[in-house]
Amino acid sequence: MPGYQLKINGKSFTVDVASDTPLLWVLRDHLNLVGTKYGCGIASCGACTVHMNGTAVKSCMLPVSGLANAEITTIEGLSENGDHPVQLAWEEVDVAQCGYCQAGQIMTASALLKKNPKPTEQEIVKTMHGNICRCGAYHRIREAVKLASTKI
Amino acid sequence: MTRSIDKSRRDFLKITTLTAGGFMLGFNWLTNEVKAATVIKTVAGEIGFNSYLSIATDGLITLFSPNPELGQNIMTSFPMVVAEELDADWTKVKVVQAVLDTARFDRQSTGGSGAVPHSWYLLRTAGATARYMLVAAAAKRWNVDPAECTTEKSFVIHSSTGKKLGYGELAQDACSITVPDRVKLKDRKDFKIIGTAVKNVENSKIHTGKPLFGLDFYREGMLHAMIQRPKAFGLKVKSVDAAEAKSMPGIIDVVTFGNNVAIVGKSTWEIMKARKTMKIEYEKDGNLESSADHDKLFKTLLDTGTPTVQRKDGDVDAAFKNAAKIIKSEYQCPFLPHSPMEPMNFFAHYRADGIELVGPTQTPANARGAVSKLLNVPEEKISLQITRLGGGFGRRLKTDYVTEAAELSSIIKAPVKVTWMKEDDMAGGSYRPAVKYRFEAALDANGNMTGYKLRGVGINAGNCTRQDNFPSGAVDNLLIESIEHVSPITTGAWRAPITNFLAFAEQSFLDEVAYAVKKDPVQFRLELLDRAKNNPVGEIKYDIDRMVGVIKLAVEKSNWGKKKDVSQGFSVYFSHRSYVAQVCEVKMESGKPSVKKIYAAADCGEVINLSGARQQVMGGIVDGYGHAMFGKLTFTDGETDQKNYNSYRLIRMREIPEILPHFVDNGIDPTGLGEPALPPTGGAVANAIFKATGSRIKNQPFNEHSVFTGKKLKSTMKNSGIN
Repeated sequence: MPGYQLKINGKSFTVDVASDTPLLWVLRDHLNLVGTKYGCGIASCGACTVHMNGTAVKSCMLPVSGLANAEITTIEGLSENGDHPVQLAWEEVDVAQCGYCQAGQIMTASALLKKNPKPTEQEIVKTMHGNICRCGAYHRIREAVKLASTKI
Repeated sequence: MTRSIDKSRRDFLKITTLTAGGFMLGFNWLTNEVKAATVIKTVAGEIGFNSYLSIATDGLITLFSPNPELGQNIMTSFPMVVAEELDADWTKVKVVQAVLDTARFDRQSTGGSGAVPHSWYLLRTAGATARYMLVAAAAKRWNVDPAECTTEKSFVIHSSTGKKLGYGELAQDACSITVPDRVKLKDRKDFKIIGTAVKNVENSKIHTGKPLFGLDFYREGMLHAMIQRPKAFGLKVKSVDAAEAKSMPGIIDVVTFGNNVAIVGKSTWEIMKARKTMKIEYEKDGNLESSADHDKLFKTLLDTGTPTVQRKDGDVDAAFKNAAKIIKSEYQCPFLPHSPMEPMNFFAHYRADGIELVGPTQTPANARGAVSKLLNVPEEKISLQITRLGGGFGRRLKTDYVTEAAELSSIIKAPVKVTWMKEDDMAGGSYRPAVKYRFEAALDANGNMTGYKLRGVGINAGNCTRQDNFPSGAVDNLLIESIEHVSPITTGAWRAPITNFLAFAEQSFLDEVAYAVKKDPVQFRLELLDRAKNNPVGEIKYDIDRMVGVIKLAVEKSNWGKKKDVSQGFSVYFSHRSYVAQVCEVKMESGKPSVKKIYAAADCGEVINLSGARQQVMGGIVDGYGHAMFGKLTFTDGETDQKNYNSYRLIRMREIPEILPHFVDNGIDPTGLGEPALPPTGGAVANAIFKATGSRIKNQPFNEHSVFTGKKLKSTMKNSGIN
């Protein structure tokens, strides 16, 4: 198997995996970065969302072979001390119920605010549409994204 | 309030000096009044105590949270109760998830909205006892009467001199204080923590992606596995050809046990790929049922099946024979998968000296019991570590995904984590049963409901009625019956079992009757409740005053019946031990009803954590609304037609209505809130849609109804003019 050079959370890693291995499983099984979650495996739920060059992408269908020169950020690397404005807003609003989808929600929200620091409610809802929260914490997720936009 | 600590409990109280210094109060949660005698006898001499409330010399207070956390926020609300009675500084409380330990904990499970009601006094007494001992220790040191001392934020204070000592400084001394016979619990007016909004104690771990969930568990040397189960209910394995899979990179073995074909390997992705190459032949092992068959079956069973009578009051035959008018209506719901975000998974390590189990389960004791029975290993040789659960909704009450991991580990003699793909979850059971109800109401010439009949038929649903719920007790002649169809399709408890659909059907039917007799739907219910209170028929097993209380609060908050620009629908339901009334508001947009707002009035007794309680009400309503609108799992020849989120629709952010939760403040001991907000939602929504469109939705999912699809649009019926 070829070795793939990956840049994740500012660090370089080499992984020996098949070329079609999705980034999700490289993170979880090979790099012990388990904050990125497996939800559906078909890019329909958003639990596996990470940043690729600053854009939110679903890592469950992103083969490792396509990641050369890409800068990947996972929930573990979003901030050094868990104090990214989106993480702080999530705490302030007390969003999580079971919490399983929240890393993906936070990564989607933080990518949105990076590109569009003052989104309208419509823009927030449109962007967050790809992330399912089975506990139904959507009201607080929306509120937290709005709050974070005042902190960025 | 004084809470006595009975003799048996005192015997099991134990104080231990921590090795690092400090105070550890062992509290026997088993000595819950009801079960005390039997449980203690079983384990006498074996156990000392259960959950530890420990206070280290630096003031850190640690509490083990025994119940599995799946989003109901138990890890926050339990310690809040202890901290309240202890007068602890909340910022210095640390909460740790306990492992399964039936000798130390009672009811270590999550389900039935029962954890807080069950443990309310145990938790309070634990906190109050520790506080008593800390105060006594301080008083002794100061040589004053303990009655002169107060406590605040982990300090004992001598009021007249202003002297202060921290709990950490007193922890060592407190160990020598005799455990009291009785402790005084706080008056609720003095609560400082209970009833406030406290943030989830695990937030920072969740927000930074720390390993918390079963799927995150990793053990050095652990193997990964997936299991191919029969693709349809009613099939069994005939032959397996896994030669190609076994030759693929990273694959260690393919093992067949029962109807499970397990593929074991070094990494998840390698297993997923190799799994696709397995050629498995199946043969029939039962009926291969289809949803279309169920539709016909429901009709046949409702018409000609042999029902089990669940409740019978008066003479329904006479009531219907003498009725001036009869209203008859049928409601049907499909199967639903639980679909928690974290798929089923469990780690198991079968060794000569016992079995280690780690993973997400709502019923750890049942899981261990099932593994013990299956593999013939005594329970005391099986450990079970409870991880955080990425949702449960009832699916993780089952033990199938635990036993299979343990069995596989016993076969391959290695530590292994079995992970289900989302497709395995959705196709593998065990679902909210499909059910159909037939309601009939007999009305006399004055519009009084003189007879009421409900016959329910469900697939593996057991008794699909709740025969003693409202309106039982309010109608002279009543007959509640159920019929069960036994099927190979596995079903089970799904958040608010049975009532998650029954409430919609019943509350919609009562709305139909209210309109038929030209009464305001709220007034109609209040009159029935008034009848049940003043002149009850048979046994009443719900609290009429609490039900009236939530109705009145919902009416007040929603300004029921007084709004001109929206169509309102009402629903109220009692489930588990709590009461929730809801008013839904609908507006017509582009010819279709749009659900704008849902007001909720909940009576769950004392609210522990206002933030968590709001989450449970809002989340429960989103859950109830989303599944009523979109949820549908169907079968063709025993196989689910939906496999994943691309074909099975869950509610998403843009579909949520505004939700306004309110709580009745009546000081009743907590009665639980994990489920009760869900059942009333479908009825409130459908009743509001009826008000707006004149069309009555009787089947789930709602989005297949003509008011949404635009197909077969009926001419808008002018409704009765009553709200």
